[in-house]
Amino acid sequence: MDLTPSDEQRMLRESADRFINETYTPKLREHNAKEPFGFSEAIWKQFADLGWLALPIAEEHGGIGGGAIEIGILMEAFGRGLVSEPYLSTVVLGAGLVAEHGRDEQKAALLPQIAEGKLRLAFAHAERAARANLARVDTTARKDRDHYVLDGSKVAVLDGASADRLIVSARLANNGSGSLRLFLVPRDAAGLTMSDYPRLGGGRACNCTLQGVRVPADAVLGGDSDAYPAVESVVDRALAAMSAEAVGMMQTLTDKTLDYTKVRKQFGKPLAANQVIRHRLTDMSVQVDEARSMALRAALKADAEPSERGRACSGAKAKIGNGARFVAEQSVQLHGGMGVTEELDVGAYFKRLLAFETLFGGSTHHYRRHAALSGRRV
Amino acid sequence: MDMTFGDAELAFQKEVRDFIAANLTPAMKRAEQLNASVFSEPETGVAWQRALNSKGWGAPGWPVEYGGPGWTPAQRWIFETEYSHAGVPSPSPMGVKMVGPVIIGFGSKEQKNYFLPRILSGEDYWCQGYSEPGSGSDLSSLKTRAVRDGDEYVINGTKIWTTHAHHANMMFALVRTSDEPRQQDGISFVLIDMKSPGITIRPILTIGGDHEVNQVFFDDVRIPVSNRVGDEGKGWTYGKYLLEFERGSGIASAKMREALQKVSALAESDATGRAIEDPDIAIRMSEAEVDIDALEMTELRVLSALQNGQNPGAVSSMLKLRTSEIYQAVTRLGVDVIGHDGLYVEPTRPLHHLNAAPAIPEAALAVVPKHLNGRAYTIFGGTSEIQRDIISKLVLGL
Repeated sequence: MDLTPSDEQRMLRESADRFINETYTPKLREHNAKEPFGFSEAIWKQFADLGWLALPIAEEHGGIGGGAIEIGILMEAFGRGLVSEPYLSTVVLGAGLVAEHGRDEQKAALLPQIAEGKLRLAFAHAERAARANLARVDTTARKDRDHYVLDGSKVAVLDGASADRLIVSARLANNGSGSLRLFLVPRDAAGLTMSDYPRLGGGRACNCTLQGVRVPADAVLGGDSDAYPAVESVVDRALAAMSAEAVGMMQTLTDKTLDYTKVRKQFGKPLAANQVIRHRLTDMSVQVDEARSMALRAALKADAEPSERGRACSGAKAKIGNGARFVAEQSVQLHGGMGVTEELDVGAYFKRLLAFETLFGGSTHHYRRHAALSGRRV
Repeated sequence: MDMTFGDAELAFQKEVRDFIAANLTPAMKRAEQLNASVFSEPETGVAWQRALNSKGWGAPGWPVEYGGPGWTPAQRWIFETEYSHAGVPSPSPMGVKMVGPVIIGFGSKEQKNYFLPRILSGEDYWCQGYSEPGSGSDLSSLKTRAVRDGDEYVINGTKIWTTHAHHANMMFALVRTSDEPRQQDGISFVLIDMKSPGITIRPILTIGGDHEVNQVFFDDVRIPVSNRVGDEGKGWTYGKYLLEFERGSGIASAKMREALQKVSALAESDATGRAIEDPDIAIRMSEAEVDIDALEMTELRVLSALQNGQNPGAVSSMLKLRTSEIYQAVTRLGVDVIGHDGLYVEPTRPLHHLNAAPAIPEAALAVVPKHLNGRAYTIFGGTSEIQRDIISKLVLGL
């Protein structure tokens, strides 16, 4: 039992931190927000050159073979810099689903392209009526000889418009009661319409409508088996990655608020001279520390058996969600009037943390899932 | 990074389990099950300390030369974890975990030779003389005075919240030996024989119905100067050193998990009409469990840092703060789990001395006393407000 980072992990942290401090400036964020896809192609190429896109991909597919800990190290730095490149969508979710559920020839064809930065994927899974219920999919896939025909609507497809292909989840026939399948759908497929929007806190997302979208039978990701276990597994790993990202944001907000309350004077003394402020800052830093512990736990359990993995990842999402809300709200509060303006970036972190809470279900949902996975009736 | 145990660690885990199986009697187990306090009654606590000591495990945190087992931090972790899961007694920490490290760190050769073996064996039962009626959070304002008279100090004053003073034969205390411009100066750390003439003890009953704490009065109590630990006037430094041990002996998550496990078992039993079927209870159970997961991970991070010779930083206050809050949440959940049976409070103490059939299921007997007793957790050893002051200074640099 040892939680000390290896030399490789330390080096990864150093290079990620250096990148955020030197390259990913607030000016770059401003620039990215105006880009059509909400991020910079040049930075994406840099990610490829640094080996970050190859990080979790197996060595046999041109990757580095890293795990959830390494992803967490990178995501924490991305959180500090409010990075908007589609790392979660393409590398964690996209490559994750291909690696977890794809057929060998699909892995061999797709994963090296992702590692090189030549292919971007997006996961079109969530639906409005499903809310946070990962298992509910109303989109249907009807077999039509050697094709499938997809019909349904998807929401909050992260970075869908910038992806080369979507991974669309759908249930086989029977009005959605059948087995779950994943389909690789080209962005320009006939019958697929996207309504793209700038996402709360940076990056972009889209809602999709699929009307009679025809894909060949070999567009099914994986074989003839239910895809739900793979979806649950990959989304759990995404929860671990997002948890680390949230830690980076929470730490940055706490640091910024600490600095500000030391400098800002009222009644002839710094705000931080007041015990009520000091204790608030203490509670924020305790939340950051607990979040750090939970994100690490989720990463360490990312490859455990499903119920242990799910309990750790949902536990992290739930607890960090509540902690993130506290830290974000107190950061705005302690910055006073300036905290609600666009003149500081406190609001940018606030919004990104709010997006973190929303994605894949909030804290209540994940405490409920934790309880269910613990064998309690909820 | 990994959370799994290696072969040597698994072998040690088995050794601990075997030891517990061989030494934990059903009577001890029941006494612990019904114990409302954060540590055991002397009859069970001392018996367990003796068993540990005969195995050479009497003081896990001590250096080998004074009788410590020389464990790695991971072994300590395993020991404490197994220990908590098995419902083993929690002997009073006043000797092994509190005054012991101070004597080891600052005591004379004679003090070490005399007191340390008696702490290990449980022969001496210690209590702590820190707080006074006028000096709670502002401890260094303490007024109990020790005046030098030849080879003796003459002590006058009073101490309060003295846990198990009525059981103890020894007290370690902070007393004022001189008046200095800074109130932290002029304080000395002394060891007092509780049988000394001039000591009177007034019991203080707490809201859970327990007699644990007392007020102790000193009326011209004489102790030898050789019972002062370290230098005269440096007691504050030693006392703070001790408080760090009191707050963060480092491994509390296993105890919290055990406390939650007891509540969970109750919730699943017919004694509570299967409270667990209530989704609100089920979710709060998960909330508490996740809080304990976070506490455990923080402890493991500290442990890894220690194992690699790094200084983990000022985490003891953070751990004390969270542990105390989690304990209170867990015991409060217990109260909700037992429902209407929470209206009954059995007056017999200790609870395991109760002979007649209680008005409510025995498994529920300790729940309300535990919750009431646990309200002290955010107060003793430095209140949560004081912990926040410390964290803001040390962690945030304010």
